[in-house]
Amino acid sequence: MPGKLKVKIVAGRHLPVMDRASDLTDAFVEVKFGNTTFKTDVYLKSLNPQWNSEWFKFEVDDEDLQDEPLQITVLDHDTYSANDAIGKVYIDIDPLLYSEAATVISGWFPIYDTIHGIRGEINVVVKVDLFNDLNRFRQSSCGVKFFCTTSIPKCYRAVIIHGFVEELVVNEDPEYQWIDRIRTPRASNEARQRLISLMSGELQRKIGLKVLEMRGNAVVGYLQCFDLEGESGLVVRAIGTACTLDKLSSPAAFLPACNSPSKEMKESPLVHPPSHGCRSTHNSPIHTATGSRLTQNFSVSVPTLIYTGMGSGSAGKEGGPFKALLRQQTQSALEQRGGSPHRFCRRREFPFFTLTAFPPGFLVHVGGVVSARSVKLLDRIHNPDEPETRDAWWAEIRQEIKSHAKALGCHAVVGYSESTSICEEVCILSASGTAAVLNPRFLQDGTVEGCLEQRLEENLPTRCGFCHIPYDELNMPFPAHLTYCYNCRKQKVPDVLFTTIDLPTDATVIGKGCLIQARLCRLKKKAQAEANATAISNLLPFMEYEVHTQLMNKLKLKGMNALFGLRIQITVGENMLMGLASATGVYLAALPTPGGIQIAGKTPNDGSYEQHISHMQKKINDTIAKNKELYEINPPEISEEIIGSPIPEPRQRSRLLRSQSESSDEVTELDLSHGKKDAFVLEIDDTDAMEDVHSLLTDVPPPSGFYSCNTEIMPGINNWTSEIQMFTSVRVIRLSSLNLTNQALNKNFNDLCENLLKSLYFKLRSMIPCCLCHVNFTVSLPEDELIQVTVTAVAITFDKNQALQTTKTHVEKSLQRASTDNEELLQFPLELCSDSLPSHPLPPAKEHLESASSNSGIPAAQRATSVDYSSFADRCSSWIELIKLKAQTIRRGSIKTTVTVEKASPVGDGNFRNRPAPPCANSTVGVVKMTPLSFIPGAKITKYLGIINMFFIRETTSLREEGGVSGFLHAFIAEVFAMVRAHVAALGGNAVVSYIMKQCVFMENPNKNQAQCLINVSGDAVVFVRESDLEVVSTQQPTANCQSSGTEGEVTT
Amino acid sequence: MTSELDIFVGNTTLIDEDVYRLWLDGYSVTDAVALRVRSGILEQTGATAAVLQSDTMDHYRTFHMLERLLHAPPKLLHQLIFQIPPSRQALLIERYYAFDEAFVREVLGKKLSKGTKKDLDDISTKTGITLKSCRRQFDNFKRVFKVVEEMRGSLVDNIQQHFLLSDRLARDYAAIVFFANNRFETGKKKLQYLSFGDFAFCAELMIQNWTLGAVDSQMDDMDMDLDKEFLQDLKELKVLVADKDLLDLHKSLVCTALRGKLGVFSEMEANFKNLSRGLVNVAAKLTHNKDVRDLFVDLVEKFVEPCRSDHWPLSDVRFFLSQYAASVHSLDGFRHQTLWDRYMGTLRGCLLRLYHD
Repeated sequence: MPGKLKVKIVAGRHLPVMDRASDLTDAFVEVKFGNTTFKTDVYLKSLNPQWNSEWFKFEVDDEDLQDEPLQITVLDHDTYSANDAIGKVYIDIDPLLYSEAATVISGWFPIYDTIHGIRGEINVVVKVDLFNDLNRFRQSSCGVKFFCTTSIPKCYRAVIIHGFVEELVVNEDPEYQWIDRIRTPRASNEARQRLISLMSGELQRKIGLKVLEMRGNAVVGYLQCFDLEGESGLVVRAIGTACTLDKLSSPAAFLPACNSPSKEMKESPLVHPPSHGCRSTHNSPIHTATGSRLTQNFSVSVPTLIYTGMGSGSAGKEGGPFKALLRQQTQSALEQRGGSPHRFCRRREFPFFTLTAFPPGFLVHVGGVVSARSVKLLDRIHNPDEPETRDAWWAEIRQEIKSHAKALGCHAVVGYSESTSICEEVCILSASGTAAVLNPRFLQDGTVEGCLEQRLEENLPTRCGFCHIPYDELNMPFPAHLTYCYNCRKQKVPDVLFTTIDLPTDATVIGKGCLIQARLCRLKKKAQAEANATAISNLLPFMEYEVHTQLMNKLKLKGMNALFGLRIQITVGENMLMGLASATGVYLAALPTPGGIQIAGKTPNDGSYEQHISHMQKKINDTIAKNKELYEINPPEISEEIIGSPIPEPRQRSRLLRSQSESSDEVTELDLSHGKKDAFVLEIDDTDAMEDVHSLLTDVPPPSGFYSCNTEIMPGINNWTSEIQMFTSVRVIRLSSLNLTNQALNKNFNDLCENLLKSLYFKLRSMIPCCLCHVNFTVSLPEDELIQVTVTAVAITFDKNQALQTTKTHVEKSLQRASTDNEELLQFPLELCSDSLPSHPLPPAKEHLESASSNSGIPAAQRATSVDYSSFADRCSSWIELIKLKAQTIRRGSIKTTVTVEKASPVGDGNFRNRPAPPCANSTVGVVKMTPLSFIPGAKITKYLGIINMFFIRETTSLREEGGVSGFLHAFIAEVFAMVRAHVAALGGNAVVSYIMKQCVFMENPNKNQAQCLINVSGDAVVFVRESDLEVVSTQQPTANCQSSGTEGEVTT
Repeated sequence: MTSELDIFVGNTTLIDEDVYRLWLDGYSVTDAVALRVRSGILEQTGATAAVLQSDTMDHYRTFHMLERLLHAPPKLLHQLIFQIPPSRQALLIERYYAFDEAFVREVLGKKLSKGTKKDLDDISTKTGITLKSCRRQFDNFKRVFKVVEEMRGSLVDNIQQHFLLSDRLARDYAAIVFFANNRFETGKKKLQYLSFGDFAFCAELMIQNWTLGAVDSQMDDMDMDLDKEFLQDLKELKVLVADKDLLDLHKSLVCTALRGKLGVFSEMEANFKNLSRGLVNVAAKLTHNKDVRDLFVDLVEKFVEPCRSDHWPLSDVRFFLSQYAASVHSLDGFRHQTLWDRYMGTLRGCLLRLYHD
């Protein structure tokens, strides 16, 4: 009996009228956890009942604590007939199970009913007393922290990053059980909500156990999804990255290194003087492989078609252009398996990381995007306790990803994610990530890999290291065009780089970034089972190929050379497949200037045709020039001599029917930069190709003052102001079913996305200048002729005036950040600060910093001082943390709380927690910010309160009365936001970061006046403090510290 | 390709003031889009008509959902569904409860009943305000009336507390409620020259001095109903015109004081008895509900119009009324000085406000 859960029902407000006669309600509450139920008294005739109940106590296993949600049901008492349910609140008590997060959940929760939506609010207080259980064979994993954030959370330090954790649980879907025929829709929805909540809890617990096994204490980049497989069941699966995290501000940080958890951490790679530069060990002559240039950095998996029950026989049919590529891949993979230097990866099953941003020095090289898809036929899950089939499916895909990464000379995959698309009984499983070489010092047991270490030392200090190719030029996994790095001029870089991760903070970018999307539809014949699966798997390679080509063309058209945050979604429907790829294009200074796009016609003798082609060519060139101006891409001109001997280029221009100089006579002045580089050739041999070129040119850039990206931060903008607006927008279009062609379909889909973006720009025009960050598009095909696109993003304002000086401040900032992190890695902060703080007052330190920023080679001494300066703020915040900790213990110990202590904790655990129900008419509900990003601009996250993972179903049988489908979904999404905010506020938080709407499944039946929607959202609840407030506090620090220790003494005596 | 569903939901609810105004003014989505296009927004932003349509629909949907909450503004503050900054909440409420001058003049003093609601069609045609907007304004009046009807305490405070309106707007509503409760006639042709502001000014004075609340602050309905006792007592003032000596004395006192100071002295002197009779008779009649309703008609007929026909300047009216009220204190035979002051103080303020073209 290792835990006691205590619940108190305080009051309700704004309840619906349940008794028509009196216009009032006789409400009471049932509190259920596991199999135990308590009831409050009936509060007669009121819409604002004051139950003020006793503490309901549940004595439970911590296993149950993790799995079960607390279920609160508000009912209307009826003497003669059955009591009517008003609605429910499910509370996930997981955040109370680890010490650093919330200690109490207290606040107003919306009372939710799956048929009526939110019906009033209820004030609840929940506490957990946890007894320590040291049983080694325990089934629970209380204490493991979960983060949705795909980087190391802001107030933590990664001691060790252990690696990939995954788990899935399956069950029957209550909607498809026989009992569903006789129960009400409400009962069915509630059964589903409860089951998914239960499965999520179980999943989290199981993942936690795996983390404990790996000796970690946290999961970062936790991504949980559910697959509604219909008849065949319900799958809840999750992936994440196990880590050992250390709270930056924990008291331990004040003690000099005595509790340094890992010895190797002391010897951080960054301690090495940076003057090593990038000494190249590659002295072999450089070869450039020939062949299709379209597949750079992009290994495409052949979809393997597997029928369940038939074993795993691969019936893969690869598309033409891939045959060569694949052979090469397998070859190199085999070769490397022989005498590969990457012994390290064989130790771990899957060296995958769900993180997209990393501590400095963690990422050594990036190979490129690796992805794998496979088409499966769903079959009923017979035994929910043994979800082996689904496990095997994913294991297979991961294995494939792993081998792709190996082929790219990488031992790890970062920015890894998995997804599914289901239509009837066909399911496409997809996984993608970025092949990378990592610094083993951060990984648990990778420290003795001599070979890797050698590599590290060479490359770490440069800021272009991650662009350098990790693979061997002799055995290139695919044809690529290599040049010497434009930054260090020593190592090889590819001409284009695709990744699924965020732009590393220390990467040098020229100009600004922009959102790039490739959109594609393919019609497919309606078919059943195997035939259907075969048709899909035949189509997949062509789609991947085309999506890739589109991305490449659009990237070139923007004058950029790298994609970050690439996410390709393939959605399957009854009669079509949709592909949507989103990424953020940037110009990396380390990579060569991209060549232009050149158009080549098939029939060169036709005069008018020729003219048409050259007209198009001119248009394309104009667009490139315009884009370069728009995104401020003006890389410094580099003469060939500096770069050194050019890499022998394969002058294979057989396909090039017109030479660049001929076609672009008139535009040479516009087209200086890419005129001499090898151009990307687009052959126009039929109308399809013509359409493609046209569609390239139809993408309209955002209106001035707007930028957009799908990564965390917009490359080239960093002077964010504090206004943020997170939003979700959903659109569904109905296609006219008559003679649909691929072209028409493509156009419709393209228009849908473009119009959606235009609408967003219009709606948010009051925020200009602003940037849409983390733009996340999801496509689904709910019915035959319906296409649904869901977008979630955040608009952040920035200061236009400061933008001019950004380059400098950016360098400064990144340096500062780097040095802060260095110091954290060093593990002896106190030694540094104790002797250097008094001797170097702040202004000189700043000077050092500035000089350092202008000077690329930073002497070690100066670095030390800058370390001090920048870490000052961090230490201050740790003091605050310490004081808060003390303040909390005081508060818990006795009722007496002094004013000074309250002041010392600026965020006010107190402020939020002790917030009484506001009696005054003018007090409003506390603001809770939501953002898909891991940070809040202009603010510092001081505390992570736990993961928010919520699942809701809403159904209506009066669709017209609720304003049609738009009214219904609008209200539902607003309600979901409200419930997320309420839970965060109850935990004592004021924001959700890394918020994501993972699923929004909408079904309608207008003829029956019915609709149903399922939404799954998650994020991290946090407490943040405005930086402006923080400064005030940090100046008061020393005194506050004394005072608080004083009060502590006072209380204890 | 048709759009089946098209929504935008922000964590902070987006409120477009211009669209809100169009919605409040009762325009349909189509009309609102047309009006927005005419405002030149497409050229400013480079948006398309489709974008505008979708944006307008979204806002209308949001307002429609908010309307339920706006009916009880404190709910808007406590609800959790829409996260709206306090300043925006205030704006939403204030604009929702704002009304058109033209509309309020039509219904001021009328019973806020179903019958009046049926006349909204005519009012709409007459004023050019959309029927939808008329309904909203009428329902607002009625809602406020119902809520504060049987409450204790200051009318303005009650309105402010339950509807979170600004001071100015709460005072206006107090006037509307007061007029509706006492059914003052304001629609007569004679009264057409008066603005809502004129009536609201009078209402405020009357609430302050002539209601139960003016003497006792703990009564139900204290600010809505006129003090019946006071109205009864007003009969006593009749002596001022019934007693010929008293009337002559009063006249001579006023004339002595104003001689040489008034441009229209001779007209005043000639009209004094008529004017005084008019003012005192209005007071004496207030015991009957019907006469209470006609208060403003009587004031205009008996005082404003005669003065206006003789072209009294406003300053002369002010001089005269001050002297007329003050001189009564020197009438030895008159015992109801306090009553006179309570009556005349308010009446003087009202008359001065009503005296214009």
